[in-house]
Amino acid sequence: MAQSCLVSNKGTCMSDQPTRRYTPAAIALHWLMACLILALYFMGISIDDFPIGPDRIMLVTWHKWLGVTLALLWFARIAVRMTHTPPPLPTNSPAWQNTAAQLTHIVLYVLMIAIPVAGWLMSSAKGFTTTFFGLWDLPNLVDRDKALAQTLKDAHGFLANTLMLLIVVHVGAALKHQWIDKDHLLDRMRPERHTS
Amino acid sequence: MTSTHRLLGLLCLCLLFPAGAQAIQYDRVDTARSSIRFIPVLMGTKTEGRFKNFTAQIRFDPDKPAQAQAKAEVDLQSFDIGFDEATDEALGPNWFDIKRTPKATFVSTHVKALGADRFELTGNLTIRNQTKPVHFPVTLTREANGMARLDGALVIKRLDYGLGQGQWAGTGTVANDVTVQLKLFLNSQ
Repeated sequence: MAQSCLVSNKGTCMSDQPTRRYTPAAIALHWLMACLILALYFMGISIDDFPIGPDRIMLVTWHKWLGVTLALLWFARIAVRMTHTPPPLPTNSPAWQNTAAQLTHIVLYVLMIAIPVAGWLMSSAKGFTTTFFGLWDLPNLVDRDKALAQTLKDAHGFLANTLMLLIVVHVGAALKHQWIDKDHLLDRMRPERHTS
Repeated sequence: MTSTHRLLGLLCLCLLFPAGAQAIQYDRVDTARSSIRFIPVLMGTKTEGRFKNFTAQIRFDPDKPAQAQAKAEVDLQSFDIGFDEATDEALGPNWFDIKRTPKATFVSTHVKALGADRFELTGNLTIRNQTKPVHFPVTLTREANGMARLDGALVIKRLDYGLGQGQWAGTGTVANDVTVQLKLFLNSQ
């Protein structure tokens, strides 16, 4: 496999050195959470298409179970991120792009926890408890309140749409590195293959 | 001592120890403060609906539970689960079916003292014209001025009463066990 050509601080190509990847834990969490986020988003936007019935209850419940799962993984992800220095930013990109990338990442991290929390609050305000696969109950953080429930529902949806927009930016930027800059930045987020 | 003195002494005794303090009989339910809640479990998620209107007759002397009587009639139309579409479904033919059976009733048949102001209430519960015997514990909390609070919870099997027809007949999403929670404020005359 071709190694990536990351440019060192001194401007020399480091292609003869192994790619600096994210840790296996960070890579696993990234892709697992990416799949969960996509599933959660499409489940979330279809809920209101279902009339009151067992199918709707099943969809809402799975959405909430997976949402709690995402929130738990978020803590693991933050722990990994704080204990491991990520690979350096590419030095072949303009500074503004690196700044934009850093800002995008910060907002992505914030949204990945803010959305499940807003969902949990929204459920509480609607008068429904939230559980983790029915195994344990999360406390209801606010009392039943129709107006508050609607506000939280709007916030949950708005933040989710913002997250999807940023994911489009994030994926677009990654593909730009892959196909236009051809700097193999994506390799950093790919599990290492052991070739003999 | 003259008989007048004796009478006076008796009067003092009566003022010090009014008969009512020893034997109290609760015979009214303050329904405005009381609540009956219906708590279904949806795949582990709990929610609750309330019956805003109900009437209850009670005659209950905690010292003579064997003579106690209680009867309640719940106006099912007053049910509200806090979410309009779900409330409409609950009132419709699949659940309470208020057009055919607008009331649910409970009539006590037996009250047994369990000690420390706890009692077991036995009676017949009728929903959707289905009558089933039920029994559940209640706790009496005495308050000032001859008032008291009665708390109890009863777990019913919703399918025993035909609650949940058609697509709701399975218990995969809505559990068969539904908790009915009572909080009744009692007054004595």
